[in-house]
Amino acid sequence: MSLHVNDLKVHYRTLRGDVHAIDGVTFSLEDGEIMGLVGESGCGKSTLGKSLIRLDSQMRHVGGTVELDGRGVPIADDDAMVPLRYHEVSLIPQYAMSALNPIRRIGRMIDELLRARGVRPADKADELRRRLELVGLEPDVLRRFPIELSGGMKQRVVMVLSTLLDPSLLIADEVTSALDVSTQRSVAESLVEFRDRGYVRSMVFVTHDVSLVYQIADTIMVMYAGHVAEKGPADSIVSEPRHPYTQMLLSALPEVGSTSGERLQGIPGTPPGLLDPPTGCRFRARCPMAFDKCAERPPLVETAPGHWSACWKTGGE
Amino acid sequence: MWRYMGRKLFVYALTFVVAVTINWMIPRFMPGDPVRSMLSRGSVSDPEALERMTAYYNEVFGLDAPLHEQYLSFWAGLFRGDLGISVMFYPEPVVDIILRAVPYTLALLVPAIVLSWIVGNHFGAFAARSKVLDNTILPAGYVLTATPYMWLALLMAWSLGIVAGVFPTAGGYSFALTPGANWEFVSSLIVHWFLPFLSMFVVALGGWAIGMRNMIIYELEDDYATYLRALGAPRRLVRRYAFRNAMLPQITGLAVQLGTIITGALLTEIVFNYPGLGTLVLDSLNNRDFFLLQGIFLFVVVGVLIANFVIDVVYVLIDPRTRVQMTGGSS
Repeated sequence: MSLHVNDLKVHYRTLRGDVHAIDGVTFSLEDGEIMGLVGESGCGKSTLGKSLIRLDSQMRHVGGTVELDGRGVPIADDDAMVPLRYHEVSLIPQYAMSALNPIRRIGRMIDELLRARGVRPADKADELRRRLELVGLEPDVLRRFPIELSGGMKQRVVMVLSTLLDPSLLIADEVTSALDVSTQRSVAESLVEFRDRGYVRSMVFVTHDVSLVYQIADTIMVMYAGHVAEKGPADSIVSEPRHPYTQMLLSALPEVGSTSGERLQGIPGTPPGLLDPPTGCRFRARCPMAFDKCAERPPLVETAPGHWSACWKTGGE
Repeated sequence: MWRYMGRKLFVYALTFVVAVTINWMIPRFMPGDPVRSMLSRGSVSDPEALERMTAYYNEVFGLDAPLHEQYLSFWAGLFRGDLGISVMFYPEPVVDIILRAVPYTLALLVPAIVLSWIVGNHFGAFAARSKVLDNTILPAGYVLTATPYMWLALLMAWSLGIVAGVFPTAGGYSFALTPGANWEFVSSLIVHWFLPFLSMFVVALGGWAIGMRNMIIYELEDDYATYLRALGAPRRLVRRYAFRNAMLPQITGLAVQLGTIITGALLTEIVFNYPGLGTLVLDSLNNRDFFLLQGIFLFVVVGVLIANFVIDVVYVLIDPRTRVQMTGGSS
């Protein structure tokens, strides 16, 4: 069992009070698993990804534990997290295109970062070149400044840099959002290749693009308003979703080659504000199947092997 | 690279020509006749003598030739290093008078600009991460920057010079001494130099510190800094990167400010009666010594142009982005 997150709660401190961005999230990640983390904007998926590596100054760990490879991850303690960062947990950020220092040559910046993390750059030089070639970059990019590279090239440099120390867990936060469709595909495939070659043990792939995540992920976790709605193997999430939210989310996707002139169904309503979240199931107000019991928070129960769902209608049966 | 430099040099050359031309025009088209005012000081009452002396001096100063000839001979003189003869210190050449004053101004300006810039930048970067400093000393910086310079300088001269009596308030060295390479004279130079220097330094310091503090806070929030921190990079590395990035706008700021700083130096020298170019400007104005004034302005213009050019070159060396743009860039 590689990653184990138990009842994690992370809140944002704002002037108007705490925003309950992650409110009791429990899930596990096997060795070698690529988990797609999907949900609409503001559901807490990026917050979850960030809290596994570094809490922002406004983020506060309220409760719950994280365990990686059998050891506790002290996510609330910024200093204690430092040894784990990069070595054990790494991140490909949402802003990969602007993640490189504009006034340093890329190679020099990588060397300085490695040295600061106690790694001799010379030990990693060959591996670095090999991996750059793997993602289709000339080793020559190391002598260039970030401004001389295209957005896609910078993204690939960051992918290689982030995984250079073979972390146990990689968080890929919306890495494909700013890319065109064909580049999205190749980035996603490179990430799978990184996993296959053992550069990263397991991966959390945060995205709002369900169709992309279906192509690369082994499992999919759907979040809604700070709660886990459903987690299961990618196939069964897409083919037989249990949670009403997942069902409606999938039905809102267009289908390639669809000939019926049907208009796509959106999900009526908006997600609840997380400053003062409602009790019970958070999807209740928008759910066509809601009934009295939904005023209580539904537990996340295993409805089929490896398939978990938090809904009184599907889980409780 | 060289094409860029060539283009820059061309712009600077053009600026120089325009500045020299304006410089030449101003005294000639200003009301008042320098020769007349010089003669009236001599109280020449005989009209015939006055006529002859006017003609004589007009010839000495080259004012009897047609304007375009005056303009051309002005340029020719410029390249020979001949800026004419001073009216005020007749018959001393303008160049000699200026060269005597320039060391004082440079000794005041260069340390004040460079030190306030360096100290201000480091101090601002330091204040950006210390709440206490941020809340106490930076507001003082705001007050200093907003204070009218002359008032502050007078206040310093009054408190440190007259009330405390620590420093002399006027002159470049003690009037009891004759210039020479002995210790007594040098120490007198330093003591007289200190107050004008301090006033310029203090006023400029606050501005740089405030600018740097804001830039550092902005840089530390930037994506590359967030990414480095997420990968566990030590604060030292992140700060070093942030500082280097924040320096770039500060260097541009220095280039923009240079002109203003030199004007500030004029005020300083006037307040402290320091024998540099500033005092010379005031004196030559009061005495209608247009040739001297013209020469000083020329020196100031050249100084500002050279300083700006140096900063241009430095900027190219430290910011790879300008370098990439120059070579056409590849994406």
